[in-house]
Amino acid sequence: MTSVLYDAPGPRAKRRNIFYTVAFVVLLALGVWWIFSVMGDKGQLEWSLWEPFVTAQAWTTYLLPGLGNTLKAAALSLVIALPLGAVFGIARMSDHRWVRVPAGVIVEFFRAIPVLLLMLFANEFYSAYTGVSTDVRPLYAVVTGLVLYNASVIAEIVRAGILSLPKGQSEAAKAIGLRKGQTMTSILLPQAVTAMLPALVSQLVVIVKDTTLGGALLAFPELLNARGTLAANYANVIPSFIIVAIIFIILNLMLTTFASWLERRLRRAKRSSGAVLAADTAGAEEPVAEPGVKTDDGRAT
Amino acid sequence: MFDIFEGYDLLGAFWITVKLTVFSGIGALVLGTVLAAMRVSPVPLMRGFATVYVNVVRNIPLTVIIVFCSLGLSNIFGVTLGAADDFEELAFRLAVLGLAAYTAVFVCEAVRSGINTVPVGQAEAARAIGLSFTQVLRHIVLPQAFRSVIGPLTNVLIALTKNTTVASAIGVAEAALLMKEMIENEAQLLLISAVFALGFVILTLPTGLFLGWVGKRMAVKR
Repeated sequence: MTSVLYDAPGPRAKRRNIFYTVAFVVLLALGVWWIFSVMGDKGQLEWSLWEPFVTAQAWTTYLLPGLGNTLKAAALSLVIALPLGAVFGIARMSDHRWVRVPAGVIVEFFRAIPVLLLMLFANEFYSAYTGVSTDVRPLYAVVTGLVLYNASVIAEIVRAGILSLPKGQSEAAKAIGLRKGQTMTSILLPQAVTAMLPALVSQLVVIVKDTTLGGALLAFPELLNARGTLAANYANVIPSFIIVAIIFIILNLMLTTFASWLERRLRRAKRSSGAVLAADTAGAEEPVAEPGVKTDDGRAT
Repeated sequence: MFDIFEGYDLLGAFWITVKLTVFSGIGALVLGTVLAAMRVSPVPLMRGFATVYVNVVRNIPLTVIIVFCSLGLSNIFGVTLGAADDFEELAFRLAVLGLAAYTAVFVCEAVRSGINTVPVGQAEAARAIGLSFTQVLRHIVLPQAFRSVIGPLTNVLIALTKNTTVASAIGVAEAALLMKEMIENEAQLLLISAVFALGFVILTLPTGLFLGWVGKRMAVKR
């Protein structure tokens, strides 16, 4: 295999690679052995700590309701943030300064501050100024915080999606006499929505991960919080962390796989204009301006 | 109007946020570069390990990792990181560990994509004129890769600055924890929140603008 860094290996490089492989296997084995010996020393490998996870009770009482709350908060946030983000994304591209500038300031502001601050603010806001009951207040706070943050991220995705369309699309619309609003709703948006689907699905991963903040700091009973109650009951701190981490990994891997499958499929489709935003566009500082260009900027939240 | 900030160490809290960012940033840069080196190495096993690490860690919420560092690593496994009897220092170091382990994934992806932006022809041409592996790396590949990595790494740094607030989950006295305490005790919700939000805007916006400008200037035009 040739890459920018090395050629296909010759006899000497092959020998060297085998040596590196063996050395790395030894290192890995030492690491794994060390982890297991520490877990054994601290009694974390005992079957009694893992047994709850093969019984139905641990799942029906703690984990599944927690996972349900995680999914509920994530889904609600995405559904509310989508239209809001679309409005701000379009407003940012308006021809009128007085629309464009405030929209830009709002989007940049909410992208610059941590989502946890927004959640804390929303929680205190609901408790001080509204009659939201304390049972649902954490959910409201988590969703509000996630909506404020993700709407501004989605606004950028929408903007990148529309900018990724070939210029000819809006020029053609103008040529046949469509108004600005008509161009947006019947020409640009339908294509942009397809182009940004993969990026939106990947953003859902970020949202799912951020719901855990509510569990840790606002007592929102999502999966991480449910782990706490579960571990308090069965005294299985390490096993419960491992199980919860595995649930998150499976859930998020499914979402990322779906996003990249969607991206590949959309790229192949002949019907579209060829513009597809890469699944990890979200979080990119600059929107992708050229059609079909894949940016590899880190999706880092 | 600003009397309510008396008795609270606002600057101190933000200083801890900055320290968390700097220390875990350095840790993430080192670990992330090692991971990236493994991900592009010719040894399949190392590539596999780094790929698994990246895919596992990026899909675990940061909060889970940080809380695990405190409840799991410290309380159960007895990891003290050299701060056994200083609870505040221990929480800080555990938070740095968690943040670095998590952020390293995104550093790795940024560095790897930077290396991938260098066209294969560049290295092939370099090898054709007889440069050795280290010469190819030093004169051809890395100078181009570093330049295209600045932009993505800036995004990672900004995300890290915001992510340090998660350390409040294990009681590190950084900005978000102070804000939580203040809005629970004081009446001025809007004012307090605005001040903390402004603090983060001041921390992230100039960094983003400056490094974004540097990245654009340094980028290799192709």
